[in-house]
Amino acid sequence: MDFNDTPAEAAFREEARAWLKDNAPTEAELADLNFMQQSKLWQKRKYDAGWACIRWPKEYGGRGATAIEQVIWNQEEAKYPDLPGGVFSIGQGMAAPTLMAWAKEEHKQRYLPKLASGEEIWCQLFSEPAGGSDLAALRTKAEKDGDEWVINGQKIWTSGAHYSDYGILVVRTDPNVPKHKGLSYFFLDMKSPGVETKPIKQLSGDANFNEVYFTDVRIPDSQRLGEVGQGWQVSITTLMNERASIGGGGAGSDFRALLDLAQTVTINDKPAIEDAAVRAKLADWHCKRSGLKYTGYRSLSALSRGETPGPENSIGKLVGAPMAQDMASFAMDLMEMSGAVWDEEDSPAEGLFQATFMAIPGFRIAGGTDEIMANIIAERVLGMPQEPRLDKGIPFNEVPTGAG
Amino acid sequence: MNFEFSDEQNLLREQAHGFLAEHCPMSKVRAVLDGEQSADLELWHKIAEMGWTATTIPEEFGGLGLSHLELAVIAEELGRAVAPTPFSSSVYLATEALLLAGSTEQKERWLPKLASGEAIGTFAISEGPSRTTPANLQTTAKSGALNGSKSAVPDGDIADVAIVVAKADGGDGASLQLVELDGKGVNIRPQRTLDFSRSHARLTFTDAPCEPLGHPGEGWAHTEKLFDRAAVLFAWEQVGGAEAALEMAKEYAMGRYAFGRPIASYQAIKHKLAEAYVKNTLARSNGYYGAWALNTGAADLPLAAATARVSATQAYYYASKENIQTHGGMGYTWEFDCQFHYRRAKLLSVNIGSEGLWQDKLVTALEQSNAA
Repeated sequence: MDFNDTPAEAAFREEARAWLKDNAPTEAELADLNFMQQSKLWQKRKYDAGWACIRWPKEYGGRGATAIEQVIWNQEEAKYPDLPGGVFSIGQGMAAPTLMAWAKEEHKQRYLPKLASGEEIWCQLFSEPAGGSDLAALRTKAEKDGDEWVINGQKIWTSGAHYSDYGILVVRTDPNVPKHKGLSYFFLDMKSPGVETKPIKQLSGDANFNEVYFTDVRIPDSQRLGEVGQGWQVSITTLMNERASIGGGGAGSDFRALLDLAQTVTINDKPAIEDAAVRAKLADWHCKRSGLKYTGYRSLSALSRGETPGPENSIGKLVGAPMAQDMASFAMDLMEMSGAVWDEEDSPAEGLFQATFMAIPGFRIAGGTDEIMANIIAERVLGMPQEPRLDKGIPFNEVPTGAG
Repeated sequence: MNFEFSDEQNLLREQAHGFLAEHCPMSKVRAVLDGEQSADLELWHKIAEMGWTATTIPEEFGGLGLSHLELAVIAEELGRAVAPTPFSSSVYLATEALLLAGSTEQKERWLPKLASGEAIGTFAISEGPSRTTPANLQTTAKSGALNGSKSAVPDGDIADVAIVVAKADGGDGASLQLVELDGKGVNIRPQRTLDFSRSHARLTFTDAPCEPLGHPGEGWAHTEKLFDRAAVLFAWEQVGGAEAALEMAKEYAMGRYAFGRPIASYQAIKHKLAEAYVKNTLARSNGYYGAWALNTGAADLPLAAATARVSATQAYYYASKENIQTHGGMGYTWEFDCQFHYRRAKLLSVNIGSEGLWQDKLVTALEQSNAA
């Protein structure tokens, strides 16, 4: 056991650090660009120098780096918190691993490098109004017509659908078999005729998600990943990567800010951090974030041995998201009456805690609710049995449904 | 970076697991709980024969000269087995105190006996139901004579030697004093404890002969350092116990049927045990970092140790109480084994200072690292 860098790791860190120092975009460079332009500029610059998606094989636009090198790179890049990013995470974090595992070679060569360079953005079309936690209950249907499939239905909660070039899509190709067996998996051009995107306004006031409607959208059969009826299995590849990539909603930076806040604000004229109740809470949150960090390191060791990340990764989101919510709520309590003020000028940390408080309910749901995550841990890690399912073994079109 | 125990260390874990499965089944813990003995001394001597008590003692003092990573591995298995022995007192506290602050002469005199298990050591700090500080210490050591009274001394009734924290006039206000417990001026009164398989005693000293361990006036600094080190090892015992309690709960839930199906299929039970798994995983991961920091003498040991300790205390408490809850009424009976973890979890959680004390230490370490 050794948490220090080996000489080779230290050399890699130095190389990454030096490149970042010379190449991270300056404020002036980014000043006149919108967020998307900023993101694309930075991603392309990384790609051109071999610092994008560094774990991917070189032939697909990566660097062929090890898992440990990826972590070192992430640590170093995180030292520049103002760099734009995020718009590529679904494509690079979820679509790409699925393509790598299931796509034809020509498709990998065509799509992966442009995913890495940020030239093309992908979204994920899984959830539906009637298929959320019970994803396999989705109803969007695909019917074969010659060499093409015709898609009709509706997806929901699609992040970035309005600016995406491509999407990964799970649909029902056979309603006459039990639900998991009748699914197939495709990717499609989001500019295809019949695709219509509508933003969803969230309770935070932002609109990061969309509804996506499909009306007689045609997809070539060559864009199918896996066999017809194998869609659930392909989806699992995507979902395992999703759970690994959706973290705790910035719990790390929020903790540091909370610690600063507790040292700044006062309780009965003494710094809040001297209060025993405040200390107990800070200690507990530190234990969680530290535990998550080192659990991540341990998964990494498994990854370096060539093992795939297991369902134990589910704890990251399950611990991180509720913790970020509680920390934000507590930070506002520390501000007393000013906690209600969400104002860049007057709020500590420019309103970070208020913003987190309003964003985090979404994190506790996206990519599997807290409750689904707990089920995954109980069933796949601890080996406990599933709840009896009333739809088990029944053809999908005979499963009882509610009003939705 | 490498975040795993070595193959040799994993092999040691397997050996320790197999040994304790054979020599320390739950029936042995129950025998101590039901009987008059305050520890299973037969098991203690077998453990000593295995060399576990000698783990971190250098070879020149009769030890094996292994690292704290090996000791962490053994601690985890002892915790899993709820072993009724004075291991934590004698090894994590007395032996480590001697290694930390003892003179060569003191090490030569005591370490070989502690290594072989011939002598049992302990550490005496508490004087009653309050948080001990240098300012509220009442025990004094003057001219080689110790006076005062210590409470909740783990294994105080069977120990041969105690390291006692006494008041000192200068320096940090405390000194460590080494006292032989079979000498004159020592009165030992066994105290009933929450966990009958882990005995405690009140030690009262009346002009008891004592000798300083390390410089008087540095006793508090030594105590803090010792406790940071011990916290990591206690945490590994707690992690082992917490995992055993979760395993016990899961096994029972899989076999127990209600309303026509295993109770393990109800989400109310699954989510409870998933929560225990999460707490155990976080505690284990913090234990890894703590063990590494202890082993390498890393500068952030105080933070790493407190983090491991707080996580492990919370994990074991949760797993031990929810294990009883999962068992329902049977879990509350004397006949079932759930009680062992419930008792041990609480005992370990106060043994080297409460959750609150360690939360406080943790934030102090954070403040220092934030200022640095």
